[in-house]
Amino acid sequence: MVESKLAKRIIPCLDVKDGMTVKGINFEGLREVGDPVELGARYAADGADELVYLDISATVEGRRTFTSLVSRIADRINIPFTVGGGISSIDDASRLLDAGADKISVNSAAIARPELISEIAGRYGSQFVVVAIDARLSGDGRWMAATHGGRRITDRELFAWAGESESRGAGEILLTSMEHDGVRNGYPCDLFARLTSELSIPVIASGGAGCVEDIVEVFEKGHADAALAASIFHYGTCTIKDVKLASRARNITVRL
Amino acid sequence: MITIVDYGVGNLRSVENALHRSGAEYILTSDPAVISGADKVLLPGVGNAAEAMANLRERGLIRCIRELRKPLLGICIGMQVLCRHSEEEDTPCIGIFDTDVVRFRPVEGAMKVPHMGWNTINNLSSPLFKNIGESSYVYFVHSYRPMLCRDTIATTDYGGMFSAALKYENFYGTQFHPEKSGDTGELILKNFLAL
Repeated sequence: MVESKLAKRIIPCLDVKDGMTVKGINFEGLREVGDPVELGARYAADGADELVYLDISATVEGRRTFTSLVSRIADRINIPFTVGGGISSIDDASRLLDAGADKISVNSAAIARPELISEIAGRYGSQFVVVAIDARLSGDGRWMAATHGGRRITDRELFAWAGESESRGAGEILLTSMEHDGVRNGYPCDLFARLTSELSIPVIASGGAGCVEDIVEVFEKGHADAALAASIFHYGTCTIKDVKLASRARNITVRL
Repeated sequence: MITIVDYGVGNLRSVENALHRSGAEYILTSDPAVISGADKVLLPGVGNAAEAMANLRERGLIRCIRELRKPLLGICIGMQVLCRHSEEEDTPCIGIFDTDVVRFRPVEGAMKVPHMGWNTINNLSSPLFKNIGESSYVYFVHSYRPMLCRDTIATTDYGGMFSAALKYENFYGTQFHPEKSGDTGELILKNFLAL
C-alpha cells in the first residue's frame, strides 16, 4: 500500500437511547453522557473526522425520536456522520437519508438478508452503506459474525462475510471485536491487519480503545483506515487531538 | 437569490444545511427560468455521472447551465458533468471545463477506491480559496476524478495528482464536498457566495 496524504480518521461513536447519548460497557449497564447534538458538535470542533450515531432504542417511539435527532444533527454538524441501529429495510435507509444522514450502517439485518446491502447500495451508492460486523471467537478459534449486540454467534465466518459485504456493494466495513469491546484493553491488531489486506474498501476499527496508544497501534499494526472509539472520549481519558498528535509523531497521516 | 439545482441526484439536504448554517437564503428548483435568473447557482450531486447528465437533459437544464453568466459551483458529480467527458458509463458531459473525468486505477499504487475521507488541497489559485491555507484538509468520496488541465485551481494527490477544483470564467467546481469539510468547507462556500 503506497502512502498517501489521505488521513486516518478518528471517529467518536455516540450510542443514543430515546434521544440521549449513552455508552454501554460491554453493552450492559448503560450510563448517560449527554445531549447527542451538543456532544457531536463538541467532537467536530475538537477535530473528529466523522461521527457515528447508533440508535439503541428498542421501541417504536425511540426510533421516531432518533429520526428527528438525525435531522437536528444534520442541521448542526459540518462533517460526515453515519447512523445505525435497527436498520432493516430500504425504507429505514431512505428515511435516515432524507433526515440528512451521510451514511447508514447495517448489521444484524444484513446477516439475516444480505440482499439488503445490494438494495441500499444500488439505490444510494456504496458510499452510503457501512456494514458493521460484531465478531466473536468461536470455540474452535475462528472469528465469526455475531448478532443481537454480539450475544448470538452466527454461522457466518467473519472474513467470508466481510468479503461478501464488499462484493454486494458495502462502501466500508466497521468491525468490532466483541471480545475486546468495552474493556479498554486495545484492539486486536492481527485481526484488523488480515481484514484490511483482504478487502479493497476501507476498514474502521472499533471496540477496545483504552488509551491513545491503542489507536496509534491499530493504525500502525492493524492498518485500519479509521478508528472508532467511545468511552475514552466520552469520559475524557484523552482528546481527539491527543490521538492525532500521537499519530503524527509516529508518521501516521492525520488531519490536524 | 441563491439557487440549488434540484435534478433528482442524491440528497440535497447537506448542501441546504450548509447554506442554512451560513445564514444564506436559497431556493431549491429545477425550473430553468428561475436558475437563469439566480445570482448564484449550486449544482450538487452524489451518485452517477450518466444518470446526472440524463436528469439534467430531461429537465431541459443543459443549455440553461451553459448560458449562465452568474457564478455556479458544481460539487462532486455536479462538477464532473461540467467536464468534457466521464469514463463512468462513457458519458459525454457539458464541456465547460477542459478536462475528462477518469476512474482511479488501483494499479496507481494499490490504493483503495473509492477515494474516501480527508485529503489535502494544494496549488490553490482562486478567490474561492481566500484565507484557505495550502494543504488544508477537505472531505472526498469518489471513484472518478477530473484530470489536471488549464482550468485547475486546486490539486489533490491520490495515486497521482488530479483536479480537486476547477474554474472557467463564472463556472467553479469542487471534487470534494465543502458542505462536509468542516470549517474549511464552510469558508470555501462563504467565499463562493461572496464572489
